[in-house]
Amino acid sequence: MKLYCKYISAILKSTMEYKLSFFLMVIGRFLISFSEFIALSFLFSGFTQIKGYTYSDILLCFSVMQMSFAIAECIGRGFKVFSSMVKRGEFDRILLRPRSTILQLLGMRFDLGRIGPLATAIITLIIGVRKSQILWNTGRIITLFFMISGGTLLFLSLFMFGATFCFFSIEETELTNVLTYGAKEHGKYPIDVYGKGIMRFCTYIIPYTLIQYYPLLYLLGKTDNWLYALYPFSVVFFLLLCYGFWRLGLRNYKSCGA
Amino acid sequence: MITMENVCKSYKVAKRNAGLKEACKSLFHRETEKIQALSNISFTIQDGEMVGYIGPNGAGKSSTIKILSGILTPDSGTCMINGRIPWKNRIQHVKEIGVVFGQRSQLWWDIPVIDSFELLKDIYSIPTPNYNRKLEELTELLQLQEILKTPTRQLSLGQRMRCEIAASLLHEPKLLFLDEPTIGLDAVSKLAVRDFIKKMNAEHGTTVILTTHDMQDIEALANRVILIGRGKVLLDGTLDDMRRTAQSGENTNASLDQLVADLYQNMNIL
Repeated sequence: MKLYCKYISAILKSTMEYKLSFFLMVIGRFLISFSEFIALSFLFSGFTQIKGYTYSDILLCFSVMQMSFAIAECIGRGFKVFSSMVKRGEFDRILLRPRSTILQLLGMRFDLGRIGPLATAIITLIIGVRKSQILWNTGRIITLFFMISGGTLLFLSLFMFGATFCFFSIEETELTNVLTYGAKEHGKYPIDVYGKGIMRFCTYIIPYTLIQYYPLLYLLGKTDNWLYALYPFSVVFFLLLCYGFWRLGLRNYKSCGA
Repeated sequence: MITMENVCKSYKVAKRNAGLKEACKSLFHRETEKIQALSNISFTIQDGEMVGYIGPNGAGKSSTIKILSGILTPDSGTCMINGRIPWKNRIQHVKEIGVVFGQRSQLWWDIPVIDSFELLKDIYSIPTPNYNRKLEELTELLQLQEILKTPTRQLSLGQRMRCEIAASLLHEPKLLFLDEPTIGLDAVSKLAVRDFIKKMNAEHGTTVILTTHDMQDIEALANRVILIGRGKVLLDGTLDDMRRTAQSGENTNASLDQLVADLYQNMNIL
């Protein structure tokens, strides 16, 4: 953990070398993600609700997914640029150092620029919370926290899953982008609006509903089953599964070039 | 001590002809060819030796270095370094080795060199007194005072290489791999790097394995030469042994480069 902080401070120092480009990037990313929020609010100026969910319900759901995704991208950028790291031989260097590969990978590529989307997520979360008619007690606040951290873990697992493909083909695959970016897009709305098929896929294959739909039901008071609030924990199993796959890939590592 | 016995490694290489049509065809049917990068490589290196590992491009030098440093797992054969199998005990193993890739940097590009060193101190968990002592020694020997505060990206190649070498020695490894350490350097920097490596070896007994295409590096540093070609060890001996093998008659006054070129040609390994 100490080392991870050192890595981040090194990245901060590097970033300070290019201040202007950094600020422009943050502002740009903020505008991109903020426009999604604007689009959502325009949509709801025409409708009052979708499948029984009000604007504030959706806003809450949207901000939770945004927040999880922003944090995951911030931490997990190393996985996303993994194929280029393999190609340039940076991963060889990681293997030459006496520390865990994942710690180094994530530390070396911590992405500060993601504070743009993170800001959007915080703003929408505040609006969502203020507009909602939820009675905020400790249980609900903790549930919200579980949703965000569970979501972060889920996205991180998927990034790791995608990176693992590089061990087998040295090429990145768009497949996991469908799962991550797609989910971020569709995750704006509670998953049951998409119907049963998608619901099943998002429960048993990629467990999105566990961090979004079920705990959200509890949060909105649509169910009294408090067990739903604990569902995000099961993402840990998915994470372990992806980690196993990563280990398998690591043994298959071929390096490349001179 | 390093022992390698019958190590083999092969890669699968995708092949296709030029052209868009062929590229599309290869989407569905890929022809792969198995390339034997290393076949039955065996050698033993004692502690404190300086060994030049040479061979033409694509002979398998880098693959060997990668296996020895634990990056790659060979298909078959055994390899032991100080009682450890590199790719099985990766973390323990890499604590004791230093690796310099002449063509790749291990320093953080945008921050001053000294900051990179501090990070390495944390990565290798080097105790502060050891770190300070070693840093002082390296700074003096490699004349780094002036450049420690400069970001890596603004260093000249020679300056950078001196920093790279220092970076790979901060944790006092027993074994040092140098992969083309003098590539692209001017005469002064080359001599400085060579002198330094010699000193390291003499004072600390560091085992050095050096791959290079610069035969003067070999002449200046290595008392032992291992020549490989097409994944096989062809010669293992002193530089004089190599001269004798190459000069079976013809021109006796040939330069070292000429000699090696003849050798590669005679052995038909290009």
